[in-house]
Amino acid sequence: MKFLVSLFLVFSLIAPVQASIQIYEFKDPAIEAEYKDLLDELRCLVCQNQNLAGSDADLAQDLRQQTYDMLTQGKTRAEVVDYMVTRYGDFVLYRPPVKSSTMLLWAGPFALLFIVLIVVMLRIKKTRSVEAPQQENLDQAKNLLADDVQQINGLNKKGVTK
Amino acid sequence: MRFILPLGIFAILVILLGLGLTMDPKRVPSPLIGKSAPAFDLPQLHNQSGSFSPDDFKGKVWVLSVWASWCVSCRAEHKVISRLAKMKLVDIVGLNYKDEPADGRRWLQQFGNPYVLSAVDIEGSAGIDWGVYGVPETFIIGKDGLIKHKHIGPVDDKALDEEIIPLLKTLI
Repeated sequence: MKFLVSLFLVFSLIAPVQASIQIYEFKDPAIEAEYKDLLDELRCLVCQNQNLAGSDADLAQDLRQQTYDMLTQGKTRAEVVDYMVTRYGDFVLYRPPVKSSTMLLWAGPFALLFIVLIVVMLRIKKTRSVEAPQQENLDQAKNLLADDVQQINGLNKKGVTK
Repeated sequence: MRFILPLGIFAILVILLGLGLTMDPKRVPSPLIGKSAPAFDLPQLHNQSGSFSPDDFKGKVWVLSVWASWCVSCRAEHKVISRLAKMKLVDIVGLNYKDEPADGRRWLQQFGNPYVLSAVDIEGSAGIDWGVYGVPETFIIGKDGLIKHKHIGPVDDKALDEEIIPLLKTLI
């Protein structure tokens, strides 16, 4: 019984939080999909590691409303993105456009991968060249082996066996 | 010799991470710098029949200071803005952002009013057009109607003396 009462109290605390979420209704499911997709791609500027869909900040609510208004007024996705970028800069986009100032961001990982590949290849080549036997070493080894065989044969003839 | 490569990579990482620590990710560069001030037409906080539009100040250098009574760091900034107002270099317009007008008026009565007027942006629509995402924010608008500078967060004495006042003097 005590458990049930405390459970009820806990849920009564949660209720006002849920009430603050604004629900938008769409007549066209295509626009709804576009809306949800956009909210995932646009960053909330107040809490910077959240997108508009996941943020409960005041500004995020306003920008969700703005996105909803623009889409239901028949504006395209590109127009909404353009609207946000002219006001808040490329920073609102989780997928920033490729241009000179974002070149390092886009090409950086590939450049790094390229450098690492080259370093690894050079290293492999170096260790291979060390392992590859030289002709004179081979000859030397052959002579030593031949000597050993002769010695063993000689010992066998003397009758020294195990 | 075999330690040089890992040590080098480590040193580069330390330098890059160190650089990252000195940067403030909250300072998002505004795309509005060098663009014309976004238009709005909003009622005034004290003179309810009057309105304010950035066009009213065309040909003047002026400062737009975004504030709200609910904004804690606006209180810290208030004395700095007041100091700028006392210098009488330029007009400072307040943008009372997403605030109850009555609360805004009470706030100014309590702390003093450094603004020639405050525009009331209850919905925050002008704020969105100006790319406001954290209050307080301060904009400097030149004679040509273009935004010259944006300061995000509270203006402190250092920012006022080293950035804002020198810039205002070159613009006037």
